[in-house]
Amino acid sequence: MTPSLLHQILDFANRADPYPIYEELRKTPVHHEGDGPYVVSTYYEVRSLLHDPRISSDARNLASTTGDPLTETAPEEGVLPPSFLRLDPPEHDRLRRMTNRSFGPPHCPHRVDGMRGELHGIVSGLIGDIGDTGRIDLVDQFAYPFPVTVICRLLGVPREDEARFHVWADTIAASLDPDPDADPTERGRSAHDARMQLGMYLAGLIEERRRKPGDDMLSELATAKGPDGTMATMELLSTAALLLIAGHETTVNLVTNGMLTLLRNPDVLERLRADPRLAVPVVEELLRFEPPVQLVPQRTTLTDVEVRGVTIPKGASLWLVLASGNRDPQRFENPDRFDPDRKDIQHLGFGSGIHSCFGAPLARLEARLALSELARRLENPRLLEDPPPYRQNAVLRGPRHLHIACDGIRP
Amino acid sequence: MIGDGFLERFRREGRIVVVGASLAGLRAAETLRDKGFAGSLTMIGDEPHEPYDRPPLSKQVLLGRATADRTALPRRRSVDATWRLGVPATGLDMAARRVRLGDGDEVPYDRLLIATGVRARPWPREEEAELDGVFVLRTRDDGAALARRLAEGPKRVLVIGAGFTGSEIASACRERGLAVTVAERGAAPLVGALGGVVGAVAAELQREHGVDLRCGVMVTALEGDASGRVRAAHLSDGSTVEAEVVIVSLGATRNTEWLAGSGLGAGPRGIACDAGCRAFDFRGIVTDDIYAAGDVARCPHPLFGYQFLSLEHWGNAVSQAGIAAHNMLSESTDRLPHMEVPAFWSSQFGVNIKSVGVPSLGTQVLITQGSLEEHRFIAVYGYQGRVIGAVAFDNARWLPFYQELIERTAPFPPQFPTVDRRAEGQRPVDAGFPDPSVPSHGPTVTLSGYSPADRRMTFTPAH
Ligand SMILES: Cc1cc2nc3c(=O)[nH]c(=O)nc-3n(C[C@H](O)[C@H](O)[C@H](O)COP(=O)(O)OP(=O)(O)OC[C@H]3O[C@@H](n4cnc5c(N)ncnc54)[C@H](O)[C@@H]3O)c2cc1C
Ligand code: HEM
Repeated sequence: MTPSLLHQILDFANRADPYPIYEELRKTPVHHEGDGPYVVSTYYEVRSLLHDPRISSDARNLASTTGDPLTETAPEEGVLPPSFLRLDPPEHDRLRRMTNRSFGPPHCPHRVDGMRGELHGIVSGLIGDIGDTGRIDLVDQFAYPFPVTVICRLLGVPREDEARFHVWADTIAASLDPDPDADPTERGRSAHDARMQLGMYLAGLIEERRRKPGDDMLSELATAKGPDGTMATMELLSTAALLLIAGHETTVNLVTNGMLTLLRNPDVLERLRADPRLAVPVVEELLRFEPPVQLVPQRTTLTDVEVRGVTIPKGASLWLVLASGNRDPQRFENPDRFDPDRKDIQHLGFGSGIHSCFGAPLARLEARLALSELARRLENPRLLEDPPPYRQNAVLRGPRHLHIACDGIRP
Repeated sequence: MIGDGFLERFRREGRIVVVGASLAGLRAAETLRDKGFAGSLTMIGDEPHEPYDRPPLSKQVLLGRATADRTALPRRRSVDATWRLGVPATGLDMAARRVRLGDGDEVPYDRLLIATGVRARPWPREEEAELDGVFVLRTRDDGAALARRLAEGPKRVLVIGAGFTGSEIASACRERGLAVTVAERGAAPLVGALGGVVGAVAAELQREHGVDLRCGVMVTALEGDASGRVRAAHLSDGSTVEAEVVIVSLGATRNTEWLAGSGLGAGPRGIACDAGCRAFDFRGIVTDDIYAAGDVARCPHPLFGYQFLSLEHWGNAVSQAGIAAHNMLSESTDRLPHMEVPAFWSSQFGVNIKSVGVPSLGTQVLITQGSLEEHRFIAVYGYQGRVIGAVAFDNARWLPFYQELIERTAPFPPQFPTVDRRAEGQRPVDAGFPDPSVPSHGPTVTLSGYSPADRRMTFTPAH
């Protein structure tokens, strides 16, 4: 008997190319095995469930977590209260609104755009530090450090503390990526420790910013007095941790998948080199073609919900497979073609509805800058290994290493 | 005319004339070219400007964030048309297939698209309407003049009529720190479009933002000073409001007068057309060479029992333009019906309001998410046991779900639980729409029965 589709998705052997499994999955738009989750894989059904107010993101509404291999093994959030990613309205809306007051329009329209010069500096610095161009690991040398530095600058972590921040972020990220050979309790413990230390560090920083605010995001979050009042310290800690975690591996994957896809499509890479403005459609098409978040496993039904003739019972666990919806031929012509010239790229890469990616403007800017600069500066870049080795994680899917070579670095 | 190869020849060398060079006209022209129409295209518009966008006129423009001359509609592609701007169409000869222009010219067509939209209903007393400081807001020129006057810092602004446009104007004035009085005949702002329950929230919003809101009153007269500038308004409750600027926001009139006597099914309620945007003649027979789209059209809608529906909605103008253009170039079996669910948005007093369906048809309303008191909610409207519309205040991301309920004619009240359901969301209440026979600023959605002829329209032969 062939293994179940669910297990094929999780099976590491399929990490480099999960798309044939998704194609199989779409034949049953609502797929259900045993006591497992209900897996939804077609574009229109995924999108409509993301906008469905009968669907909750709050784990407390789950009838049980047994049977769902992803929620079962989800790492402990630790002592912090749930972040708004795992809350429903009105709490979700309140926290997201308060966070947005220090991040985006209308109150803070320049936060992201104002970081453009700084991001450019970080990218240039990382490319300048590359060293031996005969063998570059784009993940370790570029994609990994980039978003953590960005979040540090966004939050206002002092430069001298950035190194510690990187260590915690890496440990937490590794815990999201279970290595089957490592001791799970040991890994759990170090992730827990990292979370604790990060939490304590942030708590200290928040105290300091309350006393002496700067113009960084953490200062504004800690001192804001909007119509919703000020965030409680615990809420603020959860939110800061969310920004770090949600914006880390995702951005790493987008940049790495991006470079991998460009190297597999040298004509597009060449066009991007000649015209950095192409980065805009390239990044959108990447979010469709190789989305860093393959599926959203954290949804549950508040009542029985019928989807394409299948009744999903109240309290069931749902997986919404964004990456499959993005390749649905009912929605996209030639879905398996990477084509930044598509007229309409309404992908699900950032989700949709009230939980749609909060950091999207920043993520877009990061990825556009990173890819256009890499395209411009790497001379004759090529893949040393295809496919590259992947990380375990089936949800936040991306290469663990991306080994490339080039003839030199342009100034 | 439908003979062999007609369409092919028409696509290659036919003549299409578009009257009304605004949103619907431009989008139709672009679609025609997109779909390969290679013949001649003439765009006739009575305004001197190239097509521009109206929604910013009551929003960014009045706030001084954009100037009125920077609101040109983005072009999706080049349309390669002959533009006749600044000259109105004054008549239509359906038999000879010619449009008469104000400058005496005549333009022949094989197919005609009418997209003449609506205009602001002026203050009914002409000598008062002409006082300096009395405005309406529909065109770019109106927007520029009003923005200039607001920038001078008038001591008080009076807005007559609290529909969407009037309310947005009041909001912009408050944001600029100007004192504003709003006079509304109905019981609350937006009451014609959204009913009394939601209207009460709109009233609260206005008052919380410092608007001097007066409901249930009419302005009976405007008074000028010796130099012809408006100085005050008299209200039906006997009070007087001193104001240096008065904005008349009493809804719109369809631009169909130029079709009087043409034989087309056009009148004060618009131009009747079929679900494919083909216009009816006054006898109720559908034409095959004249189409209508946008604010001027009345189209039967399958979701609303095929009653004629007129919509003053941006999205509707775009989608009808696309349908009309497609159908002009298609065999009868390839034509498409216009079936889009109506949708509308407005931003005022910091709140993003969005509606889908036709709330004004609803008799009952249920708050399925959020709360009226917090000014953040979703109100679902029911009509004869089904969901007919929904309105979101700062909650628009859920609306696609409610649009699906409307499309599926789902039962009302919805029985299922939702996230953020409050105590007030347990039971529907009367939606509180005013008697539709009492005129108001207009709901921007009007259902007008089954007759393609306009009740108030009489056919007068051309002389
Ligand atoms: C201030 C304001 C704010 C708005 N805000 C919103 C909003 O927030 N959301 C929303 O959904 N909608 C909004 N609308 C409505 C939206 O702008 C209209 O639905 C849209 O403009 C309709 O486009 P149209 O092309 O059908 O008609 P119009 O834009 O009215 O264009 C018709 C054109 O035809 C011209 N014309 C008329 N008669 C003749 C003639 N005889 N010969 C030649 N030309 C003629 C007119 O001068 C005009 O240029 C707003 C409108 C206004 C005025
Ligand atoms: C390429 C990069 C990124 C991708 C592909 C991505 C993808 C996503 C997706 C799919 C969701 C929806 C989750 C759900 O529906 O449950 C989400 C939510 C979120 N993202 Fe991102 N993200 C990226 C980068 C970022 C960055 C840089 C930040 C922070 C600065 C960020 C912050 C968040 C937050 C806070 C949420 C929760 C939103 C909510 O629940 O309302 N993301 N992201």
